[in-house]
Amino acid sequence: MAQITASVYTSHVPAIGAALDLGKSNEPYWQPVFKGYDFSKQWLRENKPDVIFLVYNDHATAFSLEMIPTFAIGCAAEFEPADEGWGPRPVPLVKGHPELAAHIAQSVIQDDFDLTIVNKMPVDHGLTVPLSLMCGQPAPDNYEWPCPVIPFAVNVVQYPVPSGRRCYQLGRAIRKAVASFDAPLKVQIWGTGGMSHQLQGPRAGLINREWDTAFLDRLIADPAELAQLPHIDYVREAGSEGIELVMWLIARGAMGDESGPGTPRVVHRFYHVPASNTAVGHLILENT
Amino acid sequence: MALDKPYRDIPGTTIFDAEQSRLGYHLNQFCMSLMRPQNRARFKADERAYLDQWPMTEEQKQAVLARDLNWCIRLGGNIYFLAKIGATDGKSFQQMAGSMTGMSEEEYRDMMISGGRSVEGNRRIGEDGSAQAHRQPQGRAGRKEGS
Repeated sequence: MAQITASVYTSHVPAIGAALDLGKSNEPYWQPVFKGYDFSKQWLRENKPDVIFLVYNDHATAFSLEMIPTFAIGCAAEFEPADEGWGPRPVPLVKGHPELAAHIAQSVIQDDFDLTIVNKMPVDHGLTVPLSLMCGQPAPDNYEWPCPVIPFAVNVVQYPVPSGRRCYQLGRAIRKAVASFDAPLKVQIWGTGGMSHQLQGPRAGLINREWDTAFLDRLIADPAELAQLPHIDYVREAGSEGIELVMWLIARGAMGDESGPGTPRVVHRFYHVPASNTAVGHLILENT
Repeated sequence: MALDKPYRDIPGTTIFDAEQSRLGYHLNQFCMSLMRPQNRARFKADERAYLDQWPMTEEQKQAVLARDLNWCIRLGGNIYFLAKIGATDGKSFQQMAGSMTGMSEEEYRDMMISGGRSVEGNRRIGEDGSAQAHRQPQGRAGRKEGS
């Protein structure tokens, strides 16, 4: 049977992708950001999964205002990096895992989560920046990501977005779905976005280190309670775009419970301000 | 019964809800069209003519031509859509976000490097933080324009 072995949480700031693509990662501004991922790259090489289930949000790229799915699962065999207006990022095509994606869709929808099944969509920085941070730039002679990726897009652009509670419960349903897939796959689930940031209006640039730190603590040790936090607290305390953090609760919900046998252990934790407008937070949890 | 919108009391912040989305539909869809290189080229060649192909209000067109992102947001624009205009202009997200504060690019970058904008005084309208209405514009860029 398939199993979820670990979860990764990380911000997906577009400027991080631009810094990598333009060869700026050694500049003093960016060095501390990438240093926080040195361990993670090594860890991923040593703990290579068979599939990554990557929770992210589309930033008005694949989904315009014509259609706004709350939860969308990518079931295609491949996904192209999008042109978000600056030209597509120079990164490999993202290969999917249609069999596992279809299995998860079937199981999770039967568990009352109304996913939208997507068979064609470009993927934006929300998905490719976490891959770059964790995998580094793929070598020219082996130009591909280390494993297939199932993109899972969550609407956090148009309100109301799904609640933390709903996201956490969805994670539980994904855990159950993976466990019933009849192949011995090691699956990692990644939750991306955040941490505190606001990209609009006179309040742009808001950062709340104290709140972010508490969020990380509670995500590790008290996620069920953290999931009860209403939207307004995210917006007020972590900025209008800090709401992306609800996506971390999907990944956490898919992991082991916060107490008892199998409790996840923290293998890496990192926090840095700023990357462009944003507080960068990063965690790796392994199921024990 | 009215819908619950508790986010109305946060200073300097517009939540992109269904009501804003309805107001800004054509504005945001125009932005979306700039994802294609040929459309970016057409827009750059004659902005007004390109905008006139969209059923946007005149005020929305003026806000785009002025590159006033706060104005665009008041008229239903959403930052992730408006970012396509910035990308077309070769602007980074930091330049776009900073432009909404009245700070110069340097002032905004320095604020971020020093840990970002504090939440203190900026949680609710009526407090005294930097994002409150009575503190605008916040920096040199805003004062220079005399707006």
